[in-house]
Amino acid sequence: MSAAVTHDDIARFNFLANFNKFMATVVAPGNAVAFRERVEPVWVRERGEPPQTRGEVRRAMASDPHYRFWSALRRCGMEMRQQAGRSLVLRQAESLRDRARELGSSHAAGLQLDPAVTVPRYQSELDNHCMPGSYYAEYLDDDVSAAANYDAGMFATTTGLFGRFLDGAGRGTADWLQQTRPAWRPRRILDLGCGVGHNTVPLARAFPDAQVVAVDLAAPMLRYGHARAVGMGIDNIQFQQANAEGLPFEAQSFDFIYSTMFLHETSHAALRNILGEASRLLAEGGIQIHLEQPPYRGMTLFEQFMRDWDCHYNNEPFWSALHETHLPSLLRERGFAAESIFETEIHALVEEEMPKVGIETEDFGRGGLWYAFGAIADGAAK
Amino acid sequence: MNPQWLELVNAAASGKRPHFFGDADVDRLLAIVWAMAGELAVTRERLDTLERLLAERAVVQRTDLDAYRPDAEAARERGEWQMEYIARLLRVLQQELDALRATGAKASGD
Repeated sequence: MSAAVTHDDIARFNFLANFNKFMATVVAPGNAVAFRERVEPVWVRERGEPPQTRGEVRRAMASDPHYRFWSALRRCGMEMRQQAGRSLVLRQAESLRDRARELGSSHAAGLQLDPAVTVPRYQSELDNHCMPGSYYAEYLDDDVSAAANYDAGMFATTTGLFGRFLDGAGRGTADWLQQTRPAWRPRRILDLGCGVGHNTVPLARAFPDAQVVAVDLAAPMLRYGHARAVGMGIDNIQFQQANAEGLPFEAQSFDFIYSTMFLHETSHAALRNILGEASRLLAEGGIQIHLEQPPYRGMTLFEQFMRDWDCHYNNEPFWSALHETHLPSLLRERGFAAESIFETEIHALVEEEMPKVGIETEDFGRGGLWYAFGAIADGAAK
Repeated sequence: MNPQWLELVNAAASGKRPHFFGDADVDRLLAIVWAMAGELAVTRERLDTLERLLAERAVVQRTDLDAYRPDAEAARERGEWQMEYIARLLRVLQQELDALRATGAKASGD
């Protein structure tokens, strides 16, 4: 299940992938040099002390020519990636839809859409990471174009760091689980904010006897994800349209609950509700884990400033607040004992030939390495 | 590709487009220049494929390319391609006009 591509489509993404790589490795590091050599010294001379907050770093950098150029080019790259993806999928929207229908029909029970699910205002107000129409826009019946665009362009944005099938986070999570609990076989798995199921499929593969439920708000993503999974020979995932703030499942009905790069797209109120649901649905002895970009605590103000770019210029309105929130405390508030709550790191698990995350390849906020936090439902401790 | 699809392809994400230079015209111009750089790379890659295939198969010589003249159908197809190409390059102008039109429509109550 993927869009048919022409020579020009591929070349467009080749250009963007190499552009992103050049930006991350050559242009972005120049910001630190500019800050050190000319921005901070001027600020100190004028105010008698270095910038005291991330916002002050941003104000200081705002007039720097290198930072301006990097920012303007980065924004152009985001927009061009969307345009390239849309020109590729919208011209074949009907055939993609037909293909999704055909693939999906061989395992129809694996897709449950609910037209009563509405997009909350915090989501509909701003198109996520500059995706025109966000995850939800539908231009024809049973449209999957938003998802096909997301799938087609993500490789260019992440320059291979998430793996050939963009499943590095899911594979990393399955690997972490197998190392943490070698003999454990979860029976019911829940993926929150699954998107097109990039990171659902690897869990379904790792635990073929488990029932996997993948929820998302966006029908186009679920239709496409369902067809994609069926096309990959996976039959133990149920893609279900639902708002993760209030899920139609019984308490304690899942023993492994996870999310990957999902929580930063939710408002603070929604975040609390979602973690509340994850905690309610977790069975005794089960684990919940959530993968995100690392929190800002412990980082230099300059690094915080660099990582915060997406919040201001790439339509990630909840990015800053999430990275400032002490996420484990939210689980503590849900009744988990301190010793049941954990923080860890998950590395993307990708094919041999794919680039590996490293100092020289990490593009702030886009590396194949995640901060994760979670909790174990231990009756005695809870 | 029909013009309506092109507008959809070029749609802007909701939210204000940031500008980073003192003069927002510089940001506009950079968006056009950079889109052009991208399309030049696309063409270069296609040309490279073509030249390699032709050389590999010894089909066409460089002198054949220089001597080629398009017929009416080929000229029409080239014209269509040019329109799509230009719409791609002038994306930011279209997006701003769309927003302006939407504001105008709102103000006039339709």
